[in-house]
Amino acid sequence: MRALDIKLFRDLWGMKGQAFAIAMVIAGGTATYILASSTLDSLTTTQATLYREDLFADVFSSLKRAPESVRSRIAEITGVQSVETRIAVPATIDLPSYDQPVSALVLSLPDNGPAVLNRLRLRSGRMPEDGREREAVISDGFALAHKLRPGAALTATIYGRRQTLHITGIVASTEFIYQLQPGSIIPDFKGYAILWMNEDPVETAYNMTGAFNQVAVRLDRGAVEKDVILRMDEILQPYGGLGAYGRPDQVSHKYLSEEFKQLTTMATIFPAIFLSVGAFLLNVVCSRLMATQRGQIAILKAFGYTTPAIAVHFLKLTLIIVVIGNLIGIAAGAWMGRGMSNMYMEFYRFPKLEYVLRGHVVVVSVVINAIAASIGTVYAVIRAASESPAQAMQPQAPGNFRMTILERLGAARHLSQPTRMILRNLERRPLKALLSIIGVALSGAILVMGGFWGDAVDYMLTFQFKQAQRDDLMVVFNDAVSPRALGSLTGIPGVTYAEPFRSVAVRLRVGHKTYRTSIQGLEDGGQLRRLLNTSGDVVSLPEHGLLLTDYLARILHVRPGDMVQVEVMEGRRGVYPVPLAAVASEYIGVSAYMRRDALNRLLREGGSMSGAYLAADMTEDQRIFARLKEMPMVAATTSRRRLLESFYETMARQMLTFAFFNTILAATIAVGVIYNTARIAFSERSRELASLRVLGYTRGEISYILLGELAVIVFLAIPLGCWLGWQLCKLAAGTPNDLFRIPMVIEPGTYAFSALMVLGAATLSGLMVRRKLDHLDLVEVLKTRE
Amino acid sequence: MSVSVFEARGVTKVYDMGEVQVHALRGVDMDVYAGELMVLLGPSGSGKSTLLNILGGLDTASGGSVRYGDLDLTRASDKQLTQYRRHHVGFVFQFYNLIPSLTAKENVAAVTEIAREPMRPEEALELVGLKDRMHHFPSQLSGGQQQRVAIARAIAKRPSVLLCDEPTGALDWETGVVVLEAIETVNRELGTATAVITHNADIARMAGRVVHMSNGNVSSVEVNADRRSPKEIHW
Repeated sequence: MRALDIKLFRDLWGMKGQAFAIAMVIAGGTATYILASSTLDSLTTTQATLYREDLFADVFSSLKRAPESVRSRIAEITGVQSVETRIAVPATIDLPSYDQPVSALVLSLPDNGPAVLNRLRLRSGRMPEDGREREAVISDGFALAHKLRPGAALTATIYGRRQTLHITGIVASTEFIYQLQPGSIIPDFKGYAILWMNEDPVETAYNMTGAFNQVAVRLDRGAVEKDVILRMDEILQPYGGLGAYGRPDQVSHKYLSEEFKQLTTMATIFPAIFLSVGAFLLNVVCSRLMATQRGQIAILKAFGYTTPAIAVHFLKLTLIIVVIGNLIGIAAGAWMGRGMSNMYMEFYRFPKLEYVLRGHVVVVSVVINAIAASIGTVYAVIRAASESPAQAMQPQAPGNFRMTILERLGAARHLSQPTRMILRNLERRPLKALLSIIGVALSGAILVMGGFWGDAVDYMLTFQFKQAQRDDLMVVFNDAVSPRALGSLTGIPGVTYAEPFRSVAVRLRVGHKTYRTSIQGLEDGGQLRRLLNTSGDVVSLPEHGLLLTDYLARILHVRPGDMVQVEVMEGRRGVYPVPLAAVASEYIGVSAYMRRDALNRLLREGGSMSGAYLAADMTEDQRIFARLKEMPMVAATTSRRRLLESFYETMARQMLTFAFFNTILAATIAVGVIYNTARIAFSERSRELASLRVLGYTRGEISYILLGELAVIVFLAIPLGCWLGWQLCKLAAGTPNDLFRIPMVIEPGTYAFSALMVLGAATLSGLMVRRKLDHLDLVEVLKTRE
Repeated sequence: MSVSVFEARGVTKVYDMGEVQVHALRGVDMDVYAGELMVLLGPSGSGKSTLLNILGGLDTASGGSVRYGDLDLTRASDKQLTQYRRHHVGFVFQFYNLIPSLTAKENVAAVTEIAREPMRPEEALELVGLKDRMHHFPSQLSGGQQQRVAIARAIAKRPSVLLCDEPTGALDWETGVVVLEAIETVNRELGTATAVITHNADIARMAGRVVHMSNGNVSSVEVNADRRSPKEIHW
């Protein structure tokens, strides 16, 4: 080994503590990046594989009832590769072990052989045998939520008929990775089940012999989806077609992709921030490190080494640290990424995991870090090498200092000398101080971002489920009924108040923009369901016209006063122009609202309702549920409390898990940044501090000078970090999506947490540097020439 | 003879360098008397800096005793040594070790602020002839001027003893003379016992007493009957 290389390793060993801290910062950034990218890659790859293998359909439609012969007409549409029809029946389920109401969707299995589309994956047990009328397989989400196994029995009320079903198997379906009740905005695995049964019993139960009410098609490659949808709508219109839609509107797919979109934002923003903080720090550290090598650089030059050769030598030093940091980061990131992917797989119940760690992800991370380190190193080496060797081997001339602005203003006459030293050091190299402040502030900012998710989710849920929706229960009927039915609800003991609502599936159209949703017709001045603006004030429903959530209004590019074409997708269909009268705010879901009487008029029906919101004494909930179950017209019952729980179990958990990992990594970086800041300051100032020790200053007194400077940096960095944190959160909240819009809410507690972590890291670093100060070798430091 | 400020008896110092032990001091007996100006003369490696560091409380001896009044420096705690340096001893180094962020006056004030009965910084600077430069930062002063600020800083606390380690080592002759004059002035006017380390035999001519060191021991002590002022010395 060449002598220089030996020197390199010795130097590295000599600064192992600092090198390790830098490597950890690189590792933190790299790990976040690898973790996020590989998790996302794994999820999307697995999703694509499942869709392909299970023949997930491209276009879907529901309808009232069509004879089986219509199927071949759909198959003939240009671009359609295969068609699958089936019967879907709403049902309710009784589970002895679960006291809340459970709604279900019963689907018919194809009569002859395996499905052509949307194939089920049998996770356990077997499929129903031919001819068995009481056998069913159930969706894995529901089975898991209730720990149901093949062999279990459950009581189902299908279209008013109560029967006991035997569960023969648990299945996974790409159609129901997310299970959402129609009209619900939150997936619910406990309160909503999907059942598959043989065609015969379903046909009989629902009076559908030789007919179907759901159809799905898979398209040829190159087929134009829009044309197929148009053609299908034409064919199905006489049969009560509710409008065909592509995958983007398929509920489960939509939720999954919105969630992946959210993950993508997180997977881009977080690592970008982490990597840049890491790179920034690396740059600063490398250039300062080189500054301390000034004498060595001079000696090497005196020996006849060229500046590039010296630069290469020191580059090796920093690149070794980069490589070590990256190796740790890649290993940790891949390990956590695998764990996290597994967690998601389990959550989405994907039957298999394809863990993907792409080569370019690794390369990008290594290159970014290497560039940051190289720039810092080369810059500092060139600067040091520009001095003549003779001059550089002389003791370094004292730096240029001057009075600080404070002192010149006369405001600081009574400052002690140590305090002046602190101020002048900061003011003499404002850029350096600023960089340190930014470094510490960034670490505080990423900590703010960690807590932000919890705050935003809490605010979102409070807004939606405490302020806007104040019902205890929501009851949905099989068909729209007269408001007289309300009496039978208020008659239930425990129900104190009921408010009817009308809900109708629509397609809203403004120019070329369309959106499928439903219009909720609410009572004027209703108490249980209110619409609010962003400041939480109640927005009253306009007497005429439509009220949209601000998000939907933005999608459709409409403002109050503009006309919206409302295409009613059920009953007596029709397209009606309705003016947009007002907008309200909602953070979850995408809905449209009208006054119920106005909606009734639009639909040209008497006062009818689709369901009701109930206020109830929930200590009586069992008796209420029991009574509701007895009512044949009730299709589903949901409790608000259950919705909240469900939200925490599903989406909130995803976001918070991600945020948790990031908080840990953010804390690592915060400690790394602050420790390095303190450690570098120590290297730069040890001579000065030793001089003061010789003059009789105590350890405490010299610590004040060094740590005081750190304290000033930290105290300036904390507010800046909070501000930067706000900006980062805005970036990370990402673009609003159909699932939810992340509100920009950061609680004081989150800022406090970030500030405390930064202070904690500073204290810890301070103590570590303080230990170094205690072991300062006075003689050695003062004898050496710098 | 007058009173001893220091009494060093059988002082040894061994540096443990892994497998080798370096004996820097091998049982030194030496006194420093009140008010005297002495020079420790010897080639590099003779142990003079080690001895001075021990006298100044920067280092502790491996054996023997060093008495400063009631205090035994070889047995003093770190806290005691800090207090000792703070109130009793002034240091001047070859490389001035001024605080670059403080002006000349503030460098002196850094000491007077923590000392018991210090002189005013202006006074100290006047003594070394730098009163008109007291608002300059180290970067605005020449090497000789920086060293004189270092002397002012060392004596502003009115120490009992001033220790100078090669104070002119980094200076040319002309500026070196000015620095030596400053040291002599302090010694004369304040009566501070002063020990100057040098390997330059010419400088020894300004001392009242010259202690020769070699190989970790005091080889001889001579009293200089013919003291010269620094101006008369050439090297």
